Amino acid sequence: MDIEKVIVEEHEYVGNDYSVLKFKAPIVAGVASPGQFIHLLIPRLEGSILRRPFSIYKVEGEFIYILYKAVGRGTKVLMEVRVGDKLSVMGPLGNDFPVCNEDEFPVFIAGGFGVAPLSFLAKTLPVKGHLFVGGASNCDILCIDDFEAVDCKISIATVDGSVGEQGFVTKPFMTWYKEFGKKCKPVIYSCGPDAMLRAVGEFAVANDIKCYLSLDKHMGCGIGACLACVQKVYDAEGTIVQKRVCKDGPIFSAESIVWEEE
Amino acid sequence: MKPDLSIDIAGIKMKNPITVASGTFGYGPEYADLVDLNELGAITVKGISREPWDGNSLPRIAEVFGGMVNAIGLQNPGVEGFCEKYLPFLRNYDLPVIVNIWGKTVVDYAETARMLSDHEGIDALEVNISCPNIKEGGISFGTVPESSAEVISAVRKVTKLPIIPKLSPNVSDIKVFAKVAEEEGADAISLINTIPAMVIDIDKRRPFLANVTGGLSGPAIHPVAVKMVWEAASVVDIPVIAMGGAVDAKTVIEFLLAGATAVALGTINFRNPLTITEVVKGIENYMVKNDFESVDQIKMNF
Repeated sequence: MDIEKVIVEEHEYVGNDYSVLKFKAPIVAGVASPGQFIHLLIPRLEGSILRRPFSIYKVEGEFIYILYKAVGRGTKVLMEVRVGDKLSVMGPLGNDFPVCNEDEFPVFIAGGFGVAPLSFLAKTLPVKGHLFVGGASNCDILCIDDFEAVDCKISIATVDGSVGEQGFVTKPFMTWYKEFGKKCKPVIYSCGPDAMLRAVGEFAVANDIKCYLSLDKHMGCGIGACLACVQKVYDAEGTIVQKRVCKDGPIFSAESIVWEEE
Repeated sequence: MKPDLSIDIAGIKMKNPITVASGTFGYGPEYADLVDLNELGAITVKGISREPWDGNSLPRIAEVFGGMVNAIGLQNPGVEGFCEKYLPFLRNYDLPVIVNIWGKTVVDYAETARMLSDHEGIDALEVNISCPNIKEGGISFGTVPESSAEVISAVRKVTKLPIIPKLSPNVSDIKVFAKVAEEEGADAISLINTIPAMVIDIDKRRPFLANVTGGLSGPAIHPVAVKMVWEAASVVDIPVIAMGGAVDAKTVIEFLLAGATAVALGTINFRNPLTITEVVKGIENYMVKNDFESVDQIKMNF
């Protein structure tokens, strides 16, 4: 973990409020693994004091990529960052996805830009897997090329039916699971909206499937000091304890998570 | 000549006047990869209670213009958890340790102080009588002079460690509370805690924080803190540890001019923990520029 002044190398708008930011960060890039995130100080964000967390989408040599959607004030201002701008990056932070064994079959379940850290992961696993990716519409289906490049099978679902199956991403996954789930040893890796994570996690636990979820919570410090982003989990003895999503996570096994009523 | 940055607060020898505000720096290990903890004058750890405490539901923080509002709710591992898990780590550093304590009753405060006093490696207790985020205790002690006196006096009776009551800004006259602390045997005072605040989610049309209200920190509260530090320092002889929105050497030096002996960096640690190093260097430069040989001379020249 380090704080690095980095230089923006590329900043590409990829449509529908999504952008990919590439910057040179030799120290962070040298040690980053899939599932980890960076804590970025967004420049020229008036009146702002806190950094913003972003999962690492890609690492190429000394470069790090993040894929983000302009959803709030911070990410809207981030869109204005230009090539050559200097940014302060803290990272890599958090834990990473446990790597599956060669006799297991990785299943990636992603919602929207939650696909980004899974793309990074897919490149590093010893076996090819199957991506189930969902979004509101066809423009929310991202990173398909990345998964094609590593020979992953791909199933798509959109809420409006504009591409792939109509409905939530869990639908094509369930269909697949009924047919193939028992024939291989699936390991689920999932990242996306809370409701999707919960559906995936509860299904995995009910069916005794190994499953890792990447949680997203409102963070403060990003390194485990402020306790803003805690999650209730069962520890090894089955006692409910609070873990820090930024430090002990963001990756948690599905069976450890205590889901709370909304 | 190289100026002397060291200070002494109630026998606590600090190599420079910079500490951290309780709750913004964890218990030490969290920032140890990024910051050399030995660069701090002292570390002030997150608030400890007698028993472990879970704190509030989420969301616990909201960013606002010029700061943030938090309602963590004093989540902590309790005295035993702290002493087992963190104290051995902190003993590896050349670093005075100030442990912030809180309770829901006067007995809680005293018991927490007594238990901690049995452990090696603790240099002082900061007594949090001003947290806005728990329903019982906390701020309710800090906003009534008699209740403040009761807590401070109870803690005083059970420990030989220096005690540093942390005062609430949510009072009409901070001088009254500063004097109460001194009269009850406090060795120093610290101020200000966060300012009670509220953020509303306009889409959901309800409070943003699960706790409904929280405490405002960050640069927005700095001028408020400077005024209160200046007022408090004018009426007591014990040292004042100042905190509230300091973000750089300039804002820290304002506190030193206002009468503080030491200054805690708080919310700024979340943005850039390396601020600690920059501020220490900045104070040194300021002292060189103004021919000050000791930190004391800063306030003497206001």
